[in-house]
Amino acid sequence: MTSPPQGSTPLIETRGLSKSFGGVHALENVAVSLAPGEVLGLLGHNGAGKSTLIKMLSGAYIADAGQILMNGQEVRLTSPRTAQRLGIETIYQNLALADNLDVASNIFLGRELLRGGVLDEDSMELEARKVLDRLKVNLPDLKKPVFNLSGGQRQCIAISRAIYFKAKVLIMDEPTAALGPQETEQVNALIRSLKQEGVGIFLISHDLHDVFDLADRVTVMKNGRVVGSARTDAVTQDEVLEMIIAGKVPGHLSPSAAPLN
Amino acid sequence: MTRLNNDPQHGPPTGPPTGLSGPAAPASVLAQLNLNGRLVFMVLAIAGIWLAFHLLTQGTFMTSRNLWNLSVQTASVGVMVSGMVLIIVMRNIDLSIGSILGFTGMAMAVINTRIFPQDTWWGAVLTLLLGLALGTLVGVIQGTWVATLGVPSFIVTLGGLLMFRGGAWLLTSGQTVAPLSESFQVLGGGLNGSIGGPWSWAVGGLLMAALLWTDLRTYQQRARRGLPNRSVPVQALFTGGSLLLVLGFILVMNGYADPRSGLPRGIPVPVLIMLAVTAVMMWVVRATRFGRYVFAYGGNPEAARLAGINTQQLTIVVFGLMGLLAALAGAIQTARLNAGTNSTGTLAELSVIAAAVIGGTSLAGGTGSIPGAFLGAVLMASLINGMLLLDLPSAWQNVVQGLVLMLAVTLDVVMQKRRAK
Repeated sequence: MTSPPQGSTPLIETRGLSKSFGGVHALENVAVSLAPGEVLGLLGHNGAGKSTLIKMLSGAYIADAGQILMNGQEVRLTSPRTAQRLGIETIYQNLALADNLDVASNIFLGRELLRGGVLDEDSMELEARKVLDRLKVNLPDLKKPVFNLSGGQRQCIAISRAIYFKAKVLIMDEPTAALGPQETEQVNALIRSLKQEGVGIFLISHDLHDVFDLADRVTVMKNGRVVGSARTDAVTQDEVLEMIIAGKVPGHLSPSAAPLN
Repeated sequence: MTRLNNDPQHGPPTGPPTGLSGPAAPASVLAQLNLNGRLVFMVLAIAGIWLAFHLLTQGTFMTSRNLWNLSVQTASVGVMVSGMVLIIVMRNIDLSIGSILGFTGMAMAVINTRIFPQDTWWGAVLTLLLGLALGTLVGVIQGTWVATLGVPSFIVTLGGLLMFRGGAWLLTSGQTVAPLSESFQVLGGGLNGSIGGPWSWAVGGLLMAALLWTDLRTYQQRARRGLPNRSVPVQALFTGGSLLLVLGFILVMNGYADPRSGLPRGIPVPVLIMLAVTAVMMWVVRATRFGRYVFAYGGNPEAARLAGINTQQLTIVVFGLMGLLAALAGAIQTARLNAGTNSTGTLAELSVIAAAVIGGTSLAGGTGSIPGAFLGAVLMASLINGMLLLDLPSAWQNVVQGLVLMLAVTLDVVMQKRRAK
């Protein structure tokens, strides 16, 4: 029931992923998949296991059991750095920016450009300017600490970090939760253009409207399990809400009804 | 092009492009110079203190002789304070450095008198290296304790404060060890502890050439790549100012003659060490990944971890570095006293923390500057030196130091509140 669009190997796929914290099953036997250029809305209440799942996909947690496959090959995501090396970039809800560092330093945090073993500030500033221009983000001074930037500007920095390092899989945890309507539209436009470029995107959001607007499919989670997945053009928002709240798949989508494709 | 303030969320469109507080006119001048407001304030404060003491001591304070002494008195705290900045920036504290100073100083005194009793340069160097290794080891152990066991650094280093003070006593059962070899005494800046006039000019000349070269190169490179630069007159002002500062420093150091020979003493060795440490640490913070990660961790530990930074290793290295610098200060103080005593460096941790905080290091983590902390050390040493010249009882010296620390932090809090508005 969680198979990707037909005829292609999924970009990234999990099989039987489980994780527990002190006897509490945060994730049980979770299988999700994502195709290149696909936006998958990941839905569920707080505590449904979305955050645990994305932390595993981004290398911050290690699964107790199960597999993660990229392009059909099993990968071991033992640290954020291994995930980044494989092209999995994550934009966290709390943004994960160091407030005291400037824009360029934040974009390159952990992957600084060096010249002769020494930080190459000028190149980082130039490259940061390039990627921000590409995203049409207007920041006057890249040498200023980010703490007095607006939520939207900070989000754009987090996104440009992912884009600069050529994310193949982009995980966005509530990317627009802290943003105003205009900034939300800006981020949404960005998601669409990344999709065009073939980036696979996990989109976690509470805003069903946005999810239906952007996502090709939704996967609903509850109590650490996958309730079900559906193409957004095959379900209504009410049906998805039902899945989130009751944890039940609507009749016409049940696995036996072969809902997908 | 990028300096233009065309972003409505970045500040009022009519205001100056930086967030510097204060009245409009000085703020815009400062903004144009792109100066660090705190550093300017500290330089002014030090100038004020020097002037006040100069008048109060009827012209004794600002003589070459006294400024030379002041520079030696700054050395011990000045060597350690840059390490403390990194510790505090990473949201930790190290209360043990005074005791590590005493412990390693005593160890070096023992090594120097018992293992290398002959006065040889290599004996002194080996003594120093063994002492530095001991300090680093102690720091690494404490850092590992903090980083891997998750015990707050306040507790671990409070334990260290007691243990290593006790250790300094236990090394010789409380006996003072003296005298040290003359080669080792050089580290303290005593009779033979200065590099003399010609070498001072060589150091000064080299420093000025390096300053000129880096400023020119940075300017050219940024201009070539289309990055924003300071305007030429402003840059000239900066470069010229720093060259003059070096020139003045060398002149003062060479202005104090050795009473035996009548020749200029030049830069004292401990001061040379302090300046070298400060320069290296400024470079580490500005130009290396390590320095960048220390500040990133201080700003947002979670972000640093998620960016793939090995934060445990970072903590251990920073504490190891602090131990190394404490041992270096231990060598300087022991050499200057020409004796290993078990009380050397008592309460040094507080002077160092005070200097760091006065220099703009925030105990909340993430903020701090090496030059600021260096100026903090100069400021504190100037106060003590001036009060000594005025024959103020040491009880009053402590009162004044405490007050200055509180004032400095209060000022900081008030400024930050105003900036946040």
